[in-house]
Amino acid sequence: MTLSNTATGAIAKSKRNAPLINENVQAVGLFLISLIVFLLFWEIGARFGLFSQGMPTASKTLQEFCWWTTHPFFNNGPNDLGIGWNLLISLRRVAIGYILASLIAVPLGVLMGISPVAYKAFNPYVQLLKPVSPLAWLPLGLYVLRDSEQTGIFIILISSIWPTLINTAFGVANVDKDYLDVANVLGASRWRTIFKVIIPAALPNIVSGLRISMGISWLVIVAAEMLLGTGLGYFIWNEWNNLYIPNILVAIFIIGLVGLLLDSVFAALEKFVAFGRNS
Amino acid sequence: MNGAMPTNQVSPSAQLSIRNVTKVFAGKKGWFDQLTRKTKADFTAIQDISLEIEPNTFVSIIGPSGCGKSTLLGMIAGLMSITDGEIVLNAQPITGPGPDRGMVFQNYALMPWMTVEENIRFAVETVHPQLSAKAMSRVIKENIQLVGLTGAEQKHPHELSGGMRQRVGIARALAINPQILLMDEPFGALDALTRGFLQDEIERIWEQQRKTVIMITHSIEEALLLSDRIVMMTRGPAARVDEILEVPFPRPRNRETIDQHPAYHALKAEMESHLFRETRAVEAARIQRAE
Ligand SMILES: Nc1ncnc2c1ncn2[C@@H]1O[C@H](COP(=O)(O)OP(=O)(O)O)[C@@H](O)[C@H]1O
Ligand SMILES: [Mg+2]
Repeated sequence: MTLSNTATGAIAKSKRNAPLINENVQAVGLFLISLIVFLLFWEIGARFGLFSQGMPTASKTLQEFCWWTTHPFFNNGPNDLGIGWNLLISLRRVAIGYILASLIAVPLGVLMGISPVAYKAFNPYVQLLKPVSPLAWLPLGLYVLRDSEQTGIFIILISSIWPTLINTAFGVANVDKDYLDVANVLGASRWRTIFKVIIPAALPNIVSGLRISMGISWLVIVAAEMLLGTGLGYFIWNEWNNLYIPNILVAIFIIGLVGLLLDSVFAALEKFVAFGRNS
Repeated sequence: MNGAMPTNQVSPSAQLSIRNVTKVFAGKKGWFDQLTRKTKADFTAIQDISLEIEPNTFVSIIGPSGCGKSTLLGMIAGLMSITDGEIVLNAQPITGPGPDRGMVFQNYALMPWMTVEENIRFAVETVHPQLSAKAMSRVIKENIQLVGLTGAEQKHPHELSGGMRQRVGIARALAINPQILLMDEPFGALDALTRGFLQDEIERIWEQQRKTVIMITHSIEEALLLSDRIVMMTRGPAARVDEILEVPFPRPRNRETIDQHPAYHALKAEMESHLFRETRAVEAARIQRAE
């Protein structure tokens, strides 16, 4: 391979750096090789019928991917909607449910973190409701709200509220005692201490909570939409009913990509609020 | 030399009077604790300490670790309740924290999300909210200048060295213009060289401002270099003041020439023997408990 040549003949100083560069180059190389092997295996396997019948080839799937991504916004009714529209519909549901959840979780988490009484009083709800599968709420949501759109948002809200709530309460309860002493010695008021010291000090925890919640929202929306009318989840469900597998694979890839993008936004935000802490 | 004042007798010139102060950390003895067999006895950290501190003096407190120095300072700062006795500042008993006392922390306790300037601004704004924006900026600038951090105003603490961080800590404590500066092992986390620089800095600032300072330290040399009086505490539990040393060296002091003073070595030897004795007793008690 071309990768191994970089270190040879290098002087001693750059040799010490060489393994680092090599590691990244090797990783990229390995990634590309495994990808090629995987695609070849898929292509050949599908062509010669090694998998179940109707399994599309890699090239067919890539072709579909190119088509869907170059024609994202067409609208021929709910069962024939461009993937861009479906994506926006899913994102909109996630955004509304997630923002509502965060607006509840952060203040409630701050309260639970500050007040041991509030913590003890509300913790049983959290512990009881947190492990419930999001889909368990679906029938209840549909019955109470009688609206698929609102039900989708409700499910996002109820499932993404917990990580933010728990992380916020933890962060607030574990603010470095030194910071509180600083505020106390200065005679800072309760509100000033909360807004200028406690919340900024807990921000790294709050943001990691928000990050986990966002990941959960994105997981849940696809599942929930299979039982609702539109969105990426419904797109997959619809293609399953059409028994057209390439489009399902395209949707899976897009869902993963968008999830990755959302997560990196929060990873960047985490870095931004860390200020040299735990890194 | 032995300047321990008779207890209960209040010096009229004192700025801060610690009168028969005792601190007991309450144990766990409730019915629930007994049920879960997690009872814990009360712990008397400090017993019946009295101390008079005159205005414009630099007082160091030294003693074996765990004897209750931080506890005493915490009570003076108003962060901790006083179990028995009272602490009187300017004829007013201390009931809580107040802007008349500034605190420098061992681990700097700077807010990581605030810049140097914002850290100091937070303190000034909290204590003097009525200051005009212009006056506020002037106070902040002066104090940054005082500790030699001009140019680093917009840096965050994680971009600074330990020594620079503690400079911010000192500037923040002084910026509110307290009557008394409280320092709990302020240089304990620094390397020897940086520690020396900061001691010189404190000496220089003290010559300028002559504020009352109460500093906890583990370093005999540091106490001798900076203090007018050194309070030596006994080991805990129920720690007391063992002895108070007057440090007669003229000011301004210089670390290079200070050991040429005739009293230097006698004072140093006295402190060493006190610390050795108390620490050895702590060790012996620990070994006995382990056996
Ligand atoms: N909040 C607390 N609860 C119970 N015991 C405490 C508490 N704070 C300190 N102590 C005990 O009081 C003693 C004195 O502590 P401290 O004042 O921190 O010592 P120093 O600063 O001299 O090293 C120690 O034995 C410590 O374990
Ligand atoms: Mg201490």
